Amino acid sequence: MWAIGLAVAASRTTNPLILGLILAVAALVVAARKPDAPWSRSFSVFLKLGLFVIAIRLVFQVVLGSPIGDHVFVTLPVVPLPEWMASLRLGGEITWESIIFAACDGLRLAVLLACVGAANSLASPSRLLKSMPPALYEVGVAVVVAMTFAPQLVTDLGRVREARRLRGRSNKGLRGAAGAALPVLEGALDRAVTLAAAMDSRGYGRTGQLPARVRHLTVALVLGGLLGVCIGLYGVLSANAAVVTGAPLLLLGVIAACVGLWLGGRRSIRTRYRSDPWARPEWLVSAAGIAATVGVMIAGVVNPVSLTISVVPLEWPALPPIALLGILLAALPAVVAPPLPMPAAIRRRSGGLTGVPQTAVGASS
Amino acid sequence: MITFEDVTVTYTDAPSPSLRNVNLEIQEGELALLVGRTGSGKSTLLRSINGLVPHFTGGLLEGRVTVAGRDTRTNPPRELADVVGMVPQDPMSGFVTDTVEEELAYGMEALGIHPQTMRRRVEDTLDLLGLAEIRDRPLLSLSGGQRQRTAIGSVLTTNPSVLVLDEPTSALDPGAAEEVLAAIQRLVFDLGLTVLMAEHRLERVVQYADRVVAIETDGSVVHGEPAEVLASAPVAPPVIEFGRRLGLSPLPLSVRDARRETATLRRDFHPNNVVTGGIETTAAQEPTDLVADIDHVSVTYGNFVAVNDIALHLRRGEIVALMGRNGSGKSTLLNTMVGLRKASLGRVQIGATLANPYGMEGGELLKHVGLVPQEAGDMLYAQTVTGECAAADRDANAEPGTARALLDQFAPGINGETHPRDLSEGQRLSLVLAVVLAAKPPVLLLDEPTRGLDYPGKRNFTRVLQELANDGHCIMLATHDVELVAATVSRVIIIADGEVVADGPTKDVVASSPMFAPQISKVMRPFPFLTVDAAVAALQSGTP
Repeated sequence: MWAIGLAVAASRTTNPLILGLILAVAALVVAARKPDAPWSRSFSVFLKLGLFVIAIRLVFQVVLGSPIGDHVFVTLPVVPLPEWMASLRLGGEITWESIIFAACDGLRLAVLLACVGAANSLASPSRLLKSMPPALYEVGVAVVVAMTFAPQLVTDLGRVREARRLRGRSNKGLRGAAGAALPVLEGALDRAVTLAAAMDSRGYGRTGQLPARVRHLTVALVLGGLLGVCIGLYGVLSANAAVVTGAPLLLLGVIAACVGLWLGGRRSIRTRYRSDPWARPEWLVSAAGIAATVGVMIAGVVNPVSLTISVVPLEWPALPPIALLGILLAALPAVVAPPLPMPAAIRRRSGGLTGVPQTAVGASS
Repeated sequence: MITFEDVTVTYTDAPSPSLRNVNLEIQEGELALLVGRTGSGKSTLLRSINGLVPHFTGGLLEGRVTVAGRDTRTNPPRELADVVGMVPQDPMSGFVTDTVEEELAYGMEALGIHPQTMRRRVEDTLDLLGLAEIRDRPLLSLSGGQRQRTAIGSVLTTNPSVLVLDEPTSALDPGAAEEVLAAIQRLVFDLGLTVLMAEHRLERVVQYADRVVAIETDGSVVHGEPAEVLASAPVAPPVIEFGRRLGLSPLPLSVRDARRETATLRRDFHPNNVVTGGIETTAAQEPTDLVADIDHVSVTYGNFVAVNDIALHLRRGEIVALMGRNGSGKSTLLNTMVGLRKASLGRVQIGATLANPYGMEGGELLKHVGLVPQEAGDMLYAQTVTGECAAADRDANAEPGTARALLDQFAPGINGETHPRDLSEGQRLSLVLAVVLAAKPPVLLLDEPTRGLDYPGKRNFTRVLQELANDGHCIMLATHDVELVAATVSRVIIIADGEVVADGPTKDVVASSPMFAPQISKVMRPFPFLTVDAAVAALQSGTP
């Protein structure tokens, strides 16, 4: 929830100051609350992805973009294009204004990615699964299983490449890659079948009885609701569409989807083991994220100019105080976030009593 | 508890049924052991108990299978989850969640059990199987024995009355296997659970079984008291083989039985009377040229030292076993010897010319050293056996037909058009051996080669290894299989925590260790015999 709030806030602005601030807040919270788990390394991966996005955006602007403003940075030779591509332009004058505009635009996307990364590194996928509504549970399991398969594929690939080397074959080039891919995929398929058999024999997918009418209603409500949510989200997120059409649709969609999920949930008989409590800290964290969105939105309503960076004329952006307040509130989780249930081994290690990490042994064979 | 009434299972496209007219009844509270050659339908029988056959796998099941009064025809596997706990062969492949505790709860969640009950049962199971220490650990970081116990625990929490296990100890070192078997035994004796398990390593489990169910190669089933069935079964562990050859009655099932029954025989036995004795498996020729020189090698992963300052010399004609716990550095050492890992310290020199394998081109490497990895199937890519052999000849720059000739030597009569995946474990191992040996590497390394082999398969494998050693190959195998070591190997190296703790002739190293001693050496103690042949011959000629 918190990460979504931040991400929405980020998507509403191109003001580099606000974006930088959001990024800093996300990084701070991740650094403060990061658990010692395999999934928590993803934040840096997403940051790198973000940098890559900015770079791509800049390259496109330089090569294809039309010039804005008149502070020429460098002039590239114009590549003549055929008649039918007249609206495009390759090369030509590159202005400072266009570069900054592109960079800020790229930064917006990068910050969005960083927010996703933060969410990813703070919560384990299986914990996320626990808070899923029962009707979506089976889809969720499929997603989580798929996610755990990815690292397994990498291990398999390593093993098969080693085996190929032992046969005296090269792993280089396209043929090498293709040769390694086939056994890996076969192995993955085999494992999927075994896992499916294991899950089936452990009672996965047992269902209670519900009349057909209710089932159809459920499907209709969920699908319709999700559609509504999508359109509504688009309305709220894209600054172009009027907020007036977006908000009600979103609300309607959310309600329909919720009713659908509740109905569907009655069909599932599963219960939850040690379900995560949703108490005050959780509310606070979510609220902090929403505060960021609200802050930025209010700033936008009060003074729309403050959220976009002005490139013509080029000037230093101002920092709207309301947005600042909202985003700073979003840093709260660094202090108030609920403590994750820490594995005993880590607890002991952080206590500094035992020096040797025992987990390395399993990986060595 | 479990009843099979005239059950015949035929898979789609299969020429003959996998199970044929099976009539079987397993009583409540019994521990039944399922034996049979690889590919004889053991897994099919196990999986038909909870309805995976035919609901999940397809195929045609005739007759009727009932478990606790429920017919598998009308109950798919998920509806039987509260009656049958099914532990798959590789526990890792059946895990759904990522920590021990969540894995234990998973099955109950699916059954919709009340959270408070769940909590209590999880705690009970943790205590019962000794998992409390590792309850929060990620499943990936567990050792083999812990994984297997977690897998058993995860099906126990749903309170099943039947537990079905498919080769629970085949991948484990002797210590971890003991750990798992002790847990299973406690479940049978304390909770009155009905257990049916398939196992190749009969020597580990047969003394605990109340009943043995033997599947013949044609899919029919014989069952009865262990001693009764095993007296004539084609597969038998060394102690039973020993008992049969000496004509002991009743047939001894455990080392204890055998010792008691042979007490007088052994008392009258004088080693001096024996004309030929000792170990008959020593390589025919004395080891000659040095083909591997491991010079104080260490290998580290990050901060973890997997191999610590190991120094070894291997010579032609030797068969060397590398033993030790799971994770003691056996695989790492083998991988370093073929240059898949870089030695952080020290030097590896291998092959006739004693070259460094690290960074060597694939084709070149094969002339110095060959490795058969744990997952031997990874080495096979072609669609047919013939194609595989031809590819091996090309890779090795060998004369066409070399690999096929080797294959015929190891396992005669394999149809060249068969897909490598459809071969039995033993045949597949032979094919991989032929593929690796096509380039004639002087050093051959094997990582857990006998994992899926049954007794006849192992006997054949032993023969192949001895032929290779006589041809001047140097063979080193990492293994947990003490009986294989006793029958085949001339020298044993035991490593623990990446260091060599023992290195010497099999007789000296293995016989003195309670963990690694083969059954015959335990029966014949203090006389140093390792194999049935040697012990029987000695007893017959050495006693008046």
